[in-house]
Amino acid sequence: MKRKIFLLSGLASILTAAVATNGAETTINGAGATFPAPVYSSWTYRYKEKTGTRINYQAVGSGAGIAQIKAKTVDFGASDEPLKKEELDKYGMTQFPMLMGGVVPVVNIPGVASGKLQLTPKVLADIFLGKIKKWDDAAITSINSGLKLPSMPITVVYRSDGSGTTWIFTNYLSKISEDWAKGPGNGKSVKWPVGVGGQKNPGVANNVQKISGSIGYVEYTYAFEGKLSCAALQNKAGKFVAPGIESFISAGANADWKNAPGFYMVLTDQPGEKSWPILGVTYILVYKEQKDTVKSREMMKYFNWCYTDEGSKTASTLNYVPIPENVVKMIKDSWKNNVKCDGKSVTE
Amino acid sequence: MRGVYRPVFYENKKMKQKKKQDKSAADRIFYITTMFCAFLVLVIMCGFFVQLFIHSFPAIKKFGFTFLVSGEWDPVRNIYGAASAIYGTAITTIIAMAIAVPLSFLIALFLVEMAHPVLSRIIGQAIELLAAIPSIIYGMWGLFVFVPFMQNYVGPFLADTLKLKWLPLFQGPCTGFGLLTAGIVLAFMVLPFISAVMRDVFKMVPPVLKESAYGCGATTWEVTFDVTMKYGMQGLLGAVFLGLGRAVGETMAVLFIIGNTPRISASLFESGTTISATLANNFAESSGVFQSVLLELGLVLLAITFLIQIAAQFWLNMVRRKFGGNI
Repeated sequence: MKRKIFLLSGLASILTAAVATNGAETTINGAGATFPAPVYSSWTYRYKEKTGTRINYQAVGSGAGIAQIKAKTVDFGASDEPLKKEELDKYGMTQFPMLMGGVVPVVNIPGVASGKLQLTPKVLADIFLGKIKKWDDAAITSINSGLKLPSMPITVVYRSDGSGTTWIFTNYLSKISEDWAKGPGNGKSVKWPVGVGGQKNPGVANNVQKISGSIGYVEYTYAFEGKLSCAALQNKAGKFVAPGIESFISAGANADWKNAPGFYMVLTDQPGEKSWPILGVTYILVYKEQKDTVKSREMMKYFNWCYTDEGSKTASTLNYVPIPENVVKMIKDSWKNNVKCDGKSVTE
Repeated sequence: MRGVYRPVFYENKKMKQKKKQDKSAADRIFYITTMFCAFLVLVIMCGFFVQLFIHSFPAIKKFGFTFLVSGEWDPVRNIYGAASAIYGTAITTIIAMAIAVPLSFLIALFLVEMAHPVLSRIIGQAIELLAAIPSIIYGMWGLFVFVPFMQNYVGPFLADTLKLKWLPLFQGPCTGFGLLTAGIVLAFMVLPFISAVMRDVFKMVPPVLKESAYGCGATTWEVTFDVTMKYGMQGLLGAVFLGLGRAVGETMAVLFIIGNTPRISASLFESGTTISATLANNFAESSGVFQSVLLELGLVLLAITFLIQIAAQFWLNMVRRKFGGNI
């Protein structure tokens, strides 16, 4: 018996020692959106290599990220759906945009080459509403005169889990279609009139690949990496544009960040001839009153690094759009005034 | 640790008196420890019920009884009903059990009564291995292998070759995702559990019983149905309920292949959802009433499992009374 107790206490002391050595370096915990997760994980890896500061990012979903930062179990939260100013004030939080990324419709139609299909906003909405049921419907063929579309039923694929990607996509559909706004509406998960659900971005991508005659929507990286066929969309200016980093940048360039309190901005259906119509912004949430000076300084240093050329390059290679420089300047100004510890600003 | 280095007889003689006292104290501690552990189960169980009930109270207050019968699921307008999830859970479980139970019975029977001992051992090992595969593997296999197979072969075979299209069960295009696929994969998942237990039940039938039946001139078939099955009825039912319990609550595998549509449709080709799949899909992004609704769904699942448990106990008692005295 005694020997066992001795063994146990020995084990316990080893464990505590292990914890103690881990605590020597700063660890910052964050949780939230899966939409920017590929970039965040790449960033945290590089940042650890460079500075030794460890950032743990759990891609658990925007809702869970918001819940965790509210419960103060993490140091920062991440969300694809910006919080309204009133809610930010209520919890004493501040938010700032970190990245922008495109959401694209992906299709699997036999005999149609990648990127050839063109869709107008109305046709896109009608497909997802279940009003257009076949690929050779006159509404589709009339805007795709060069294409031979098969007489095949359309299978809609959507995100089965609640997600920021769905929020962005349904935000766009609600803007361009009154039927959609009155029907399913805008949300992280909605009442889809037709279709099958897939688990997260890879699940939707996979389902689209598996089901011939299907159409779904994913974050652009997943379409790009999975070599899925994207559809071109008609933007607000009436031009058909293909998804890609240039059309995303164009959509982000026209945004009026100056008049967006709390950086609340939704970049769907933006003006500009080259603008991709479905662009999402992903946000970071932190408390204005920080508890730990060292930790909060390290955290803000990390966010600062994310906006540097090094951080932006990583984002661009993964087909995300970095925040424009003038906006970054505004964000840094807001940090100075907002993020404090013991009444002192924690940024340089 | 005291007695370790001493010869046994020495301890027996000299320390008899002391050991007696020790034993009673040790016994008491042992009794209290075991009781504590046993009660822990009860506490955890009740804790689950109470916590789920408290947290699902906002949803219960808002929707009342209609929650259980309404098929509406609209997160944007905050209207929820559990009927589609309960329906999906029930249908997939029924399909799974309808396939798995007879198959398991035949497998177990073959292994115990007919197979060569070497073959029996090999297949027995394989079954146990199959039972140890994590459910996510079944889900991946279902998604990458079985879904296309259903879409390209099984769906068209049922609908066109067997001309079952007129049945409401096989209407609409078969995308591969849906209730039928989920039910079949679930069947594969519970099959090893049921057949492993059934095999052990058959093995426990005293050989003398079977031998005397054979001695009377009974065929294998007759021995199986009149002796082996009746003797092991309780165990067989236990095996079925074990599989049922797993099928009802299975999450990951179903999540990948059921299509995740909160809709009630007669066709087995259509996608649907189950309670556990709905929870796994929505929990991360939930808040407010929605979260409360999900917790209420959890409560419903717990209640269903609880009811199955009670039904199982009740049935087992009936069987005991009916068959107990026969052999």
